Amino acid sequence: MKRHLISAADLSRDDAVLILDTAEELARIADRPIKKLPTLRGRTVVNLFYEDSTRTRISFEAAAKRLSADVINFSAKGSSVSKGESLKDTALTLEAMGADAVVIRHHDSGAPHRLATSGWINGSVVNAGDGTHEHPTQALLDAFTMRRHLAPGTGGGLDGRRITVVGDILHSRVARSNVLLLHTLGAEVTLVAPPTLVPVGVERWPCEVSYDLDAVLPKSDGVMMLRVQRERMNAAFFPTEREYARRYGLDGERMARMPEHALVMHPGPMNRGMEITAEVADSPRCTAVEQVANGVSIRMAVLYLLLGGAPGEAPPTATAAGATATAAAGKAVPAPTTARPEENDR
Amino acid sequence: MSKTLIRGAQVLGGEARDVLIDGETIAEVAEAGAALPADGAEVVEAAGHILLPGLVDLHTHLREPGREDSETVLTGTRAAAKGGFTAVHAMANTFPVADTAGVVEQVWRLGRESGYCDVQPVGAVTVGLEGKQLAELGAMHESAAGVVVFSDDGKCVDDAVIMRRALEYVKAFDGVVAQHAQEPRLTEGAQMNEGVVSAELGLGGWPAAAEESVIARDVLLAAHVDSRVHICHLSTAGSVEIVRWAKSKGWRVTAEVTPHHLLLTDELVRSYDPVYKVNPPLRTETDVRALREALADGTIDCVATDHAPHPQEDKDCEWAAAAMGMVGLETALSVVQQTMVDTGLLDWSGVADRMSFRPAAIGRLDGHGRPVAPGEPANLTLLDPAYRGRVDPHSFVSRSRNTPYAGRELPGRVTHTFLRGRATLAGGEPA
Repeated sequence: MKRHLISAADLSRDDAVLILDTAEELARIADRPIKKLPTLRGRTVVNLFYEDSTRTRISFEAAAKRLSADVINFSAKGSSVSKGESLKDTALTLEAMGADAVVIRHHDSGAPHRLATSGWINGSVVNAGDGTHEHPTQALLDAFTMRRHLAPGTGGGLDGRRITVVGDILHSRVARSNVLLLHTLGAEVTLVAPPTLVPVGVERWPCEVSYDLDAVLPKSDGVMMLRVQRERMNAAFFPTEREYARRYGLDGERMARMPEHALVMHPGPMNRGMEITAEVADSPRCTAVEQVANGVSIRMAVLYLLLGGAPGEAPPTATAAGATATAAAGKAVPAPTTARPEENDR
Repeated sequence: MSKTLIRGAQVLGGEARDVLIDGETIAEVAEAGAALPADGAEVVEAAGHILLPGLVDLHTHLREPGREDSETVLTGTRAAAKGGFTAVHAMANTFPVADTAGVVEQVWRLGRESGYCDVQPVGAVTVGLEGKQLAELGAMHESAAGVVVFSDDGKCVDDAVIMRRALEYVKAFDGVVAQHAQEPRLTEGAQMNEGVVSAELGLGGWPAAAEESVIARDVLLAAHVDSRVHICHLSTAGSVEIVRWAKSKGWRVTAEVTPHHLLLTDELVRSYDPVYKVNPPLRTETDVRALREALADGTIDCVATDHAPHPQEDKDCEWAAAAMGMVGLETALSVVQQTMVDTGLLDWSGVADRMSFRPAAIGRLDGHGRPVAPGEPANLTLLDPAYRGRVDPHSFVSRSRNTPYAGRELPGRVTHTFLRGRATLAGGEPA
């Protein structure tokens, strides 16, 4: 693993599998009465959120707290950011406060990359969604969910599994991260959308593109429905909400054409009646709620692997951590299995 | 009157010559070693150097009045002298906008006072660059500034009727409308070239068609009303095709390309470093190749810097929040040497044509873009083409340092610039 997690492209297959396996170990913590490990005691994780995002923020917060890190939530609203403070000055402030990791959600593509490469801070940067660029921990939790259902066990990827991502690909950071990560893990990805919502340049992505949902559904092991904002209609991306729902929405009838074992996934928040009907959203095949639960385990694994080690120790460099990743990939995951629940924190 | 003897310089890259400057004019051009009457003249040993007519920039943002934190006429013209320029056209998007005789005269006067470079103001086409009502083009032309080039640069004159009227109106005084070709609806939220890289980076795309469609419309309008249109910072292979076609019809169309569009591509945006953020955006390798070929074959008439200084805080931020533009005056000739001369696409007389003769002719500038010959104004640029060095923004004399070339090795260095016989740059330093 590198020092930061900015893009799903930063992850080698070994890195990605290590994160999924670590998350499996950490998921067991959630079943214990005391859901806490001392691993990141004394480390500080800052949630720097420039965009409203309840579920991602609380997921990272829960993950960091279960690892005993100190968590600071920095929301752009009601902070100096709303008074026009630059990202640079905010970053310098966080650095002065001793942030070991900054989890950043930003409305501009590339903001986490700038934060990680500008020299403003020394800690690790975790991209929690930037503009229309990437959302790598979402892709990891999606892959984690898929692997549990479609390729159970640890140590492996998603080789040969056929995953279909449907919806607003153009504006979706979830789609970009998923295409990259699922490809790394060996899955075959197909994107389905009206041509207006597929970016120019998509031909270089490691995936297929189709405009015909019905043709793709029978060949899918998992179908991920993306949220489509109703406002896109006003920018002429599609004629009407109803036409979108008819052509690209997932209803019961369409779901019936999927293979029996195939999953329906949604990163949330769902637009019921738009890209997904209530019948499908509430069906047992839909993993939306499970994805949320898995998100905490994945984010624990990411923070653990990026920050693992004693307080004060330098964050692992790319090479050193890479070596660790390879070594660890074959064995059981180190600390979490041996660590005992934190007893001082009842 | 002061005299300067430039010894052994290759005039336009040709045979070595001795050039004697007497006062404001070139007195003699003789074979090297011809023992010109140089009594009392300052001697510049220039063996191996290239002597060019003073460079002319059709597209410079000097920022004064209004944004003196990024550049002033004085600092900008010093940067121009350092880059070998003896005349620059100052763009109209200042605060207030240069849309009246008063503002263009102010800029023109500041240029005269600076003494480093002639400043020829560009007038806005429309009031406040709003694209709605024609500015007083005639008044700006008749002012002391004598405006010939009109542009809303930074914004496109997108209303076809306004564009048509502007093209027609400036015919009365042989003016030219310099169009910033950017269809506004197609570029809402645009952050970079639309293509493979924008798709990966999730940055709003600026499609080539948004430039090409406006150029296509405007060459047709210029033909229809038989007027002169100039295309600013042409950036795509498709734009080249349209201009080539328009010229083949004999229409009065000229075009410029920036040094950065001759060298850099959108692959650099992968760094999300806003120093590469510019409008029009950096394009692809295919576009760069087409632009170089078009400059070589004359389809593109000239190189213009689009020197766009910005203060540090406007680039030291996330991509979307950053200002668009790059400084270019001090590196332009080096980039042209690397992309056009060292590649064999253009010889030095070609560089003189594209960076001095033609831009001066488009702007109808007196005393610039003239041959290096006896009796001509001594506006000259002396370049050491063998020099190799890394670009150090801290060595810039511009007030701003937003260069995309920091740390990059570029060939060539301007050692002397003469504005009407006076050295504005000597030994590589402003004088």
